[in-house]
Amino acid sequence: MSRSPVASLDERLAHEIGIERVRTGTVETTLYSHDASSMSGSTSLVCFPESTEHVQSIVRACRDHRRSFVVRGAGTGLAGGATPLDDAVVVSVIRMNRILSVDPVNRRAWVEPGVLNLDLTRGVSDHDPLFGLHFAPDPSSQQSCTIGGNVGNNSGGPHCLAEGVTTSHVLGVEVVLTDGTVVMLGGDESDHAGLDLRGAMVGSEGMFGVVTKICVRLTQNPPCVETMLFDYVDVADGAATVSAVIAAGMVPAALEMMDRLCIRAVEDYVQAGLPTDAGAVLLVEVTGSRHQVAHDTERIIEIARSHRCRTVRRAESEAERALLWKGRKTAFGAVARIKPNYYLHDTVVPRRRLPEVLEQIYRIVADHDLLVLNVFHAGDGNLHPLIVFDKREPGVMDRVHAAGELIVRASVAAGGVLSGEHGIGLEKRDYMPLMFDDDDLAAQAALRRAFDPLDLANPHKVLPSPSSCGDAAHVTDGMWI
Amino acid sequence: MAEIPARLRPMVDEVRGAVESDRTVAVQGRSTGRLLAHEITGRVPDVTVRAPGGVIDFQPDEMIVRCGAGTDLDDLRAVLAERGQRVDLPGSGTVGGAVARGWSDVHRLGRGPVRDAVLEALVVDHRGRLVRAGGPTVKNVTGFDLVRVMVGALGTLGFFGEFVLRTRPRPLDARWFVIDDVDRRRVDELQRRLFRPSSLLWDGSRLWVHLEGHPLDIDEATTSLGARPSDLPALPSYRWSMTPNDALEAVVASHGVAEVGVGVVHRDRPDPSRPIPAVDVHRRLDAEFNPRHLLNPHIVRFGDRAASHA
Repeated sequence: MSRSPVASLDERLAHEIGIERVRTGTVETTLYSHDASSMSGSTSLVCFPESTEHVQSIVRACRDHRRSFVVRGAGTGLAGGATPLDDAVVVSVIRMNRILSVDPVNRRAWVEPGVLNLDLTRGVSDHDPLFGLHFAPDPSSQQSCTIGGNVGNNSGGPHCLAEGVTTSHVLGVEVVLTDGTVVMLGGDESDHAGLDLRGAMVGSEGMFGVVTKICVRLTQNPPCVETMLFDYVDVADGAATVSAVIAAGMVPAALEMMDRLCIRAVEDYVQAGLPTDAGAVLLVEVTGSRHQVAHDTERIIEIARSHRCRTVRRAESEAERALLWKGRKTAFGAVARIKPNYYLHDTVVPRRRLPEVLEQIYRIVADHDLLVLNVFHAGDGNLHPLIVFDKREPGVMDRVHAAGELIVRASVAAGGVLSGEHGIGLEKRDYMPLMFDDDDLAAQAALRRAFDPLDLANPHKVLPSPSSCGDAAHVTDGMWI
Repeated sequence: MAEIPARLRPMVDEVRGAVESDRTVAVQGRSTGRLLAHEITGRVPDVTVRAPGGVIDFQPDEMIVRCGAGTDLDDLRAVLAERGQRVDLPGSGTVGGAVARGWSDVHRLGRGPVRDAVLEALVVDHRGRLVRAGGPTVKNVTGFDLVRVMVGALGTLGFFGEFVLRTRPRPLDARWFVIDDVDRRRVDELQRRLFRPSSLLWDGSRLWVHLEGHPLDIDEATTSLGARPSDLPALPSYRWSMTPNDALEAVVASHGVAEVGVGVVHRDRPDPSRPIPAVDVHRRLDAEFNPRHLLNPHIVRFGDRAASHA
């Protein structure tokens, strides 16, 4: 059957990739008009490709119709990166969810972008009977987020302190460029022929093309794990412990902190036995070989005590370790008990400046008559201030935005960066000039033009432009950091 | 353009002076690196510039160091070692040279590739302006990852002026061992059995192992393997890139030393030029970042190289 040259985009796609993979109904188009952020856009067409060829068909059709497209994984992003603007076609890779091959000896796997982060680890773990294997980046959304999304956002997670973020765990990507060609960037070979375009794709927020296959690096599970919880009267002592541990030459697998309000909310929610009278708790995990773990654990406890840590709790069992981590990873489920809405920020500051920036955050939030909880990757200086509020209060959104902007500005002024792991998307696009001048941004724009001269892949994100910005509204259920 | 630090002013002015008068300009380190035949054009630059050297700010508790791209790697290592840290860059030239070349050394298996060591770069572009790429923290997803593209670009996309590098604590102990009579099957077995070695090198019969960590852990890991203490073996001077399995096959077929689990083979003849993917993207990058090829005219731009294969 020949295709009519005047076929509409949805007719052409239904013909080329199958009508069951093309959706135009209100339910799908509404569902896919936003990600897990509060920013909504609109789309009239959602596609569910199941192969590289399907993605190629979609991209070529979009190119011919001059329609932009937005690729998305599970939509757990918090910065509006997958929010469709200008009626962009949404390309959901969620059905491209196969682990294609696993090489347990050289520790790598080829996967499709719709594989869930935790499913990848579950799928490869048993391939190494001695140690077990895992995919190191572990964002708190890992049971729901996809590897493709991790690549798009260069995702982090608590264990990236020692292991590095997603770019360190992606060896290669197959990409459909916006001209419809398929290219392999990096891969099984040790060094790329040509420039590191693989590195450019990671963290490009869907603006350089569509990733259709990924070669990931797998990591041996550590033979020994020690998980500890320290509690402090003062959050500054916890932060000072973190700096002292690193300065002493140790890089724990994770260094996570919660402040007073957060501890109380979490304890109400999961009953992990957290000290609700503490000003801060610090969750420390040390992993590796037996003697190294014992050595580091002893020194870290000494350092914590010398920084006025009140109690040391060591997980005595896998169940206790899981409970301590559950408290950390489900912190946001606990928030609804305080206020119905929240707005989450994600900035990074130098570790040594954590105490003063936290003080500034408390002051900013109090000045705006709001509440804030802090649960964050202290080892990386990656802050996650969580402003809680009830949006039914008149004028509250203005205060939330004003406080949020001051928090971002304070973080950058302290020598930090706009985002540690959530990305820029729409949310922080207009803050980019806080960190980069016109020449810096022009260089980033040039990089994007080299990949997508037609400006079809997820336009209007990351780089500031005069176009409209999203607005925070009700936060969807099931948000993680 | 942002305010230019005084230490970078001479370099920026020299590059701008050259490009504004249509002269070609090259950046020079200590010339310890090697350029392959297919990487050079034969052209001679009109002007040569150097990046400033020296450690500007070392923060052990942040695990970062800011230094000029012209910093001597041995000097940098000495500064970091005073506080028990190191940076995972190879060679004995300058920091800028190691990053522009982008080749890792034999510890890549455990310590990662060169590209992972660079957090932020200040780069002098083709108009003689200073561009900031990346950011000074280990965790950072603010904007596109321009730094990664410039690592290994041999200065064809801009000249490194300054870096923020990620540092790491030095291990309590680090030792080389060698195991004799290791066949291919045994290589696989040892790859699975050893916990995160920093290097495994195989010449077809001997396997060199480098372990880092607590001395008692190293003792325990090696006692049952028949390993004896050793030094890093002398390696042939050219490195070939291939898949890890092909690297082992290549050693069996025609000698050389393979970096096990990585895919580099060290041989005594150069790696032939390989086809470059995404030709159009490479050509557009040339057009955006080095449009008149005034920067490093003696080195073939990657788009030109890609096109010559296409």
